[in-house]
Amino acid sequence: MTGVIQSGLNCVATVLAAIPVRPTAASTIADDVDKLHFTLTAITLFFTGAIFATIFYFMIKYRRRSENDRPADIEGNLKLEIAWTVIPGIICAVIFVWASSLYFRNSRPPAASTEIFVIGKQWMWHLQHPEGPREINELHVPVNVPIKLTMTSEDVIHDFYVPAFRVKKDVLPGRYTSIWFQATKTGTYHIFCGQYCGADHAEMIGWVYVMTPTDYAAWLSGGSRNESMAQTGERLFNKLGCDTCHVSDGTGRGPSLAGVYGKPEKLRSGETRPVDETLIRQAIVNPNSILLPNYPPIMPTFQGQINEEQVLQLVAYVKSLGAEERQKNSK
Amino acid sequence: MADLAAHSAHPPGFAHQFEEMDQQRAAGNLGMWVFLVTEIMFFGGLFAAYTIYRSLHPQAFEIGSHLLEVQFGATNTAVLICSSLTMALAIHSAQTGKSKSTIIGYLIATMILGAAFIGIKLYFEWYHDYVEHLVPGINFVIRPEWGHSGSQVPMFFCFYFFMTGLHALHMVIGIAILTVLTIMTARGRFSSEYYAPLEISGLYWHFVDIVWIFLFPLLYLIGGRYGSGVH
Amino acid sequence: MSTLVAPVNEPPSPSSRVHYLNASYGIRSWLFTTDHKRIALLYLGSITFMFLVGGIAATLMRLHLIEPQGALFEPGTFNKLFTIHGIVMVFFFLVPSIPATLGNFLVPMMIGARDLAFPKLNLLSWYIYIVGALFTLYAIIAGGVDTGWTFYTPYSSSYAHSQVIAVALGVFITGFSSILTGLNFVVTIHKMRAPGLTWFRLPLFIWAMYATSIIFILGTPVIAITLFLLALERLLHIGIFDPAIGGDPLLFQHLFWFYSHPAVYIMILPGMGVISELITCFSRKRIFGYSFVAFSSMAIAVISFLVWGHHMFVTGQSIYAGLIFSVLSFLVAIPSAIKVFNWTATLYKGSISYQAPMLYALGFIGLFTMGGLTGLFLASLATDVHLNGTYFIVAHFHYIMVGGAVMAYLGGIHFWWPKITGRLYSDGWARFAALVIFVGFNLTFFPQFMLGYLGMPRRYAVYPAEFQVLNVMSSAGASILGIGYLIPLIYLLWSMRYGPPAGPNPWRAKGLEWETPSPPPTENFEEIPVVTEDAYNYAHSGGETRG
Repeated sequence: MTGVIQSGLNCVATVLAAIPVRPTAASTIADDVDKLHFTLTAITLFFTGAIFATIFYFMIKYRRRSENDRPADIEGNLKLEIAWTVIPGIICAVIFVWASSLYFRNSRPPAASTEIFVIGKQWMWHLQHPEGPREINELHVPVNVPIKLTMTSEDVIHDFYVPAFRVKKDVLPGRYTSIWFQATKTGTYHIFCGQYCGADHAEMIGWVYVMTPTDYAAWLSGGSRNESMAQTGERLFNKLGCDTCHVSDGTGRGPSLAGVYGKPEKLRSGETRPVDETLIRQAIVNPNSILLPNYPPIMPTFQGQINEEQVLQLVAYVKSLGAEERQKNSK
Repeated sequence: MADLAAHSAHPPGFAHQFEEMDQQRAAGNLGMWVFLVTEIMFFGGLFAAYTIYRSLHPQAFEIGSHLLEVQFGATNTAVLICSSLTMALAIHSAQTGKSKSTIIGYLIATMILGAAFIGIKLYFEWYHDYVEHLVPGINFVIRPEWGHSGSQVPMFFCFYFFMTGLHALHMVIGIAILTVLTIMTARGRFSSEYYAPLEISGLYWHFVDIVWIFLFPLLYLIGGRYGSGVH
Repeated sequence: MSTLVAPVNEPPSPSSRVHYLNASYGIRSWLFTTDHKRIALLYLGSITFMFLVGGIAATLMRLHLIEPQGALFEPGTFNKLFTIHGIVMVFFFLVPSIPATLGNFLVPMMIGARDLAFPKLNLLSWYIYIVGALFTLYAIIAGGVDTGWTFYTPYSSSYAHSQVIAVALGVFITGFSSILTGLNFVVTIHKMRAPGLTWFRLPLFIWAMYATSIIFILGTPVIAITLFLLALERLLHIGIFDPAIGGDPLLFQHLFWFYSHPAVYIMILPGMGVISELITCFSRKRIFGYSFVAFSSMAIAVISFLVWGHHMFVTGQSIYAGLIFSVLSFLVAIPSAIKVFNWTATLYKGSISYQAPMLYALGFIGLFTMGGLTGLFLASLATDVHLNGTYFIVAHFHYIMVGGAVMAYLGGIHFWWPKITGRLYSDGWARFAALVIFVGFNLTFFPQFMLGYLGMPRRYAVYPAEFQVLNVMSSAGASILGIGYLIPLIYLLWSMRYGPPAGPNPWRAKGLEWETPSPPPTENFEEIPVVTEDAYNYAHSGGETRG
């Protein structure tokens, strides 16, 4: 008999041991997020337990003993009402401030982040390093380096989710979203698509490979293609004929793009916008929505002719023009 | 116990779930007001979406707005305002105990004005838009002279047709209600004591009028037509 | 077997009197009825059928998920199953459940009226519900829908190859059923209260129905127009929500959640109203803090319209928008907490009995507390980033919807069953079923909190093997839960024919509805009562009539 009970308990113990409780924490923010999560867990279990325990206690202590019981006629208690309004209010306020400040801190990538580009499409991830290598469903990154992912979708809304880093962001068609992380442990971690996107949503998964800096450098240069994103973008720029109007010395029908990245640009509508990835993309796919004061609206749209990956390569090229210009000027 | 006697003393049109005629009238009025609140939320969702897209594509919406025939919109506005007047007069006639034919006259005037509204809209506006290839999803043609914002002009017309179409549907329902009311009046169902259905339907009709008062400037009067405006 | 109070005199069998069930016979007398009590039963039948449809979808899903590579279906089929489960359960079961069945039956009775303000509109509501349900059932049979119940664009507007338009129209149509019910309740509660029944003497169930009706009226039209725009977009490819042709996919999400967040309060507020009735009756005490509980219902209804953005924290919306929606989401938790504390305090120094309705009520309080507190994880921006789109969300809302709303619904059905049918059921079986449901429910959904935190996303037809143990636990729980739901179906139906007659007030409860025979006559009251005392005035009588 005890043998049966013992093996039953062993079974339960094995099952319980097989159940992980905490996912791997492999980024700089993971521990902070987990602290908040476990504090909330403690609050939840405490109050749930306290309510259940109180109910049990009252159920037993005040169980009906006879049909002629005369229970107390209590209307309420203002002090109690205030107490159990204010105390939960304070708990909520504390959690709100804690969670919000953590979120705020996590929302701004450090200035020196390495940028990697992500394109989601049904049902795979295309990742593009600025140095050139492209990956499908895999992301190689160096450890202890802040990485910023700039992401867009070719079709429907997807979501880039790495549980081990505690980061997630929707990936939207027609615009760029971004997240950042800094991995703290080498290893292999899940990438999941976190927004239902159709038939093979559950197969739109991959791996992040966090490597030591030396391994990462070796991986970067080991690939067959050594052309950087900017170089690919330059070839595309010329192939599509952009260079016929956007002549670098400004003599073409379109504005020179040398050094424009990062500067504010005043549009014909009067508003001023910074020249960032979003503006450059908009200029490529919908040029008539970004008119400049001194140039006629003759730029054709390239929507449908190039995909989001190629847009990002062109963006990288335009960015690089700024760097060259600054280098030229600093010489 | 007192109910049974009271029941037989109640006027025709009294509904059994109520205790007093006053209660019934108050309930009917409140019911119609609550219904109008739901209609505000219904149209409100559309107005919100319209406002957002208008701020995103101001040039395209201005082009679209200028393609509408403002004279017909303005005429229709006047037609509807008059119909609200005749509706109010119909109710007032019932309230002050005027003859059946007076009430019916005003009701029919309201219906004619409502039908005129629908007719002007259908023929002079929508049919004209169809001929001009301005119906999204059916025969829309983007004109080169619209320039760079041309691809967004169908969006304006989508909202135009949906909002005015929904409004027109409410008008048609209103005319149907008025038909029923006319028949009821002819059968002598109303008096200066009991005219609640007229009153409630009047509320509905005025609401449909007010929706148009909002629609007209939003759709037809973007950007000014006589000089200034968004470039 | 039964632990109900044995009536002093054996009550007459329901078949010996004329009441609303036997006042007329034949299918026409039911399909053309304007009696709110019969309409409530029409809804009860339809809603139970839709619950079975949604429940079968859930059962198939959980069976499929016992294997990481999926045990039963192609991913496409699985995607249709979770979509149908969501759409049917949300729009065709949870939203109408308590309001259309218990609400329709009890609102006039509890306020001393003969019917709702607009009985024909009430019947129309039911027909509209049926038409909407038929559109949805057609969509299921004609191939199903695979967009998720949230219909996010541009997938649903431009990519999905499934019966999106049919189902969108079905939900659009059924929305009008809710709107008309809400309208009916608001007018009835304002204008048809019995003499002496002031607002602060109303049963808390009525306050809850009133608050719910506010949300019905203000929120439902917005989802109606949103789904109509979606159908139009799908039909005509105009570009309202598809960025490839100039639209904004996030606009859809804002419009959708503007209704769908308040909708979840439509689903829970009536349940909270039921709980107030059950706790007071089975502790034979007035509610602790009546006005706080009443006002908290109204506060929840109002604040619920201000928090929809918390479904969109990871969409790339501005940080400041996130902050505002986060703080408001914390705010909406406070009135719910107030209710939980007041219910618990009502038990203090009461005289508590443990019949099935009370077991459901007590289970509700604990499970709703847990479900509600897990909402704080999601209102917190930093943790929501990790948990959004995972099984944590699934567990959170099932704790509230199933551990909360469905338990309250079952508790209410068991409580008012004797009034509705004139029959008693076996309390022994009822308590057994309640226990099975409680155990099955926790085994199904607690592991899902853990799965979500570990990172398993929702709506996954296949998953990494490391998540299997928890998935199997959850599926085991689901089987138990399914059995638990079938048991009441059996004994309640059995009781309609063979149960002993209930008297007018087998629970010795306070409330105008208990002062009529069981089942009540069509006109509810011989004469309209006059109310002279507060609700739940248990201290001053042993269940005698008031007025």
